[in-house]
Amino acid sequence: MEPIIETKGLSISFGGHTAVDGVNISVPKNHFKSIIGPNGAGKTTFFNLLSGQLLPTKGQIFFRNKEITKMSPTERTCLGLGRSFQITNVFPNLTVLENVRLAVQSQAGTRFQMLAHYKKYRIFEEKAAEWLELVLLDNKKEIVARNLAHGEKRKLEIAMLLALNTEVLLLDEPTAGMSVEEVPAILDVIRKIKRGNDRTILLIEHKMDMIMDLSDSVMVLFNGKLLADGTPNEIMKNEIVQSAYLGGLYDVNSVKA
Amino acid sequence: MNNRMNILYVITAVFLLVLPFVYESRTLLILLTQVFIFAIFAMSYDILLGYTGIVSFGHAMFFGIGAYTIGVFMKQFEPTIPYFLLAVLVTIVLTAIVSFVLGLLTLRLKSHFYAMLTLAFSGLFLVLAEKWRTVTYGNDGFTFRIPDLFKDRTDFYLICLVTMIVVFAILRRFTSSPLGRVLQAIRENEQRTESLGYSILHYKVIASVISGVMAGLAGLLYSMSLRFVNTSVFTMDITLDALLMTIIGGVGTLVGAIIGAGLIEFAHHWLTELAKVHWIFERWIIFFGIIYILAVMFFPMGIVGTLKKIKLNRTKKEEKKAEEKIAS
Repeated sequence: MEPIIETKGLSISFGGHTAVDGVNISVPKNHFKSIIGPNGAGKTTFFNLLSGQLLPTKGQIFFRNKEITKMSPTERTCLGLGRSFQITNVFPNLTVLENVRLAVQSQAGTRFQMLAHYKKYRIFEEKAAEWLELVLLDNKKEIVARNLAHGEKRKLEIAMLLALNTEVLLLDEPTAGMSVEEVPAILDVIRKIKRGNDRTILLIEHKMDMIMDLSDSVMVLFNGKLLADGTPNEIMKNEIVQSAYLGGLYDVNSVKA
Repeated sequence: MNNRMNILYVITAVFLLVLPFVYESRTLLILLTQVFIFAIFAMSYDILLGYTGIVSFGHAMFFGIGAYTIGVFMKQFEPTIPYFLLAVLVTIVLTAIVSFVLGLLTLRLKSHFYAMLTLAFSGLFLVLAEKWRTVTYGNDGFTFRIPDLFKDRTDFYLICLVTMIVVFAILRRFTSSPLGRVLQAIRENEQRTESLGYSILHYKVIASVISGVMAGLAGLLYSMSLRFVNTSVFTMDITLDALLMTIIGGVGTLVGAIIGAGLIEFAHHWLTELAKVHWIFERWIIFFGIIYILAVMFFPMGIVGTLKKIKLNRTKKEEKKAEEKIAS
């Protein structure tokens, strides 16, 4: 199938340190790809490159065969590349509903309407409420986002991303910091989206057991390099990956040699 | 709750409209006229500070542009209505251009760097007004005549009041429009707004232009009320006034700006009157400084903001009580 996201030799260096080093991936449409790797492997940096928060020092990114390497985050979102953040990143002093409503408004393309009252766009609010229901936040609509518990903020974050209705979803550790009881609900949401079979999802996650049954493929990053890419089963059996996770591996090249 | 607020606004507006016909006090009328003018100015500042989160220390430059434009037109040409309308138009165009350029610069400069830049810009205008003597008569400024329509104090009072109400209505609509909502999102979290697919620069420029034009109109009315203009309209004091009014009234609420303007103007008036009692009141700015410090320390959300919070807490408590009742 034709790839929706493709990277070619994607690299970024901060001073002397190369955080992402020549990563080539190709994600087909409606694919579910998980990205794993130890801390500091460059997973989030890789996401930042895809979503445009950072510009690569080398390499190219393609979205539907169109080069987007130099585009701003705003342009990428408009094209259909939405992301959630690992650190909670919501509008603290606005209500939960308003947070999602802004995303719905952006998705509907109402950007510069300055004369009509926002309530006129009731449909935005209804849609926002629907998204909140999906992530089980519908009883917290009127609460100011700052006062939410951490796990709830994560859910809000996901609702905002979903409301953008982008073709590609970049999920950066959606369950990080959530209590154990909350995780299944979020997994359900992700499962629901996957079942819809009209989105391409890239997911960063630490909880291996949780992603194995969801993912179509798993890629492993280690020290910025792409260590392995394959089906969950292949990755589980891969020796290099195991040693990377279980320790003892400090330099990829030594293993290959 | 919203309806009750609207009724309150209408009652206040009607009261102020009727006031000059039932209570004849020249001083009070002139004072209230000043309040209305500064309320427009403070509201325009609040669009930047309270709604978009842009800190500007050069808001006086728009005020000054408006004040000088009307002065120059009335002095150099004739004090007639067509020239007055032309002056309004020129004010709008000039302030729009300047604020557009400044808005574009928010792209590169963040928070305090931008504030410094605006400070420098308004300093530039101050120097221009001082040195371009053929037009501005330098530091001393000049007096001018205004069209007959505006000569009567009562009429002018009503014109200023109506302008303020119209500006209030427009800005309220503006801030609660989809675009206004995005402005508030930018204030809250710029990066997130960007990744929701809004291009921030466009919004900042729009906010900057609207705020600048409104401030220009306030300046225009100001110098018309004095029939005199000098370089003081470009000074830092004017910007500080706007800052003080919005912060004391409540940042991010338009009514707050109006209340703040009223409070500051009246306080100013009373303190100067007290100068007859004791010489210290001659230096009313000392008291403003103290009020300002106290307000920032104890009412960081301003009068309206604090009231809103109290109200919110009360409804929350009531809800809790209701829940407890159901539970028991």
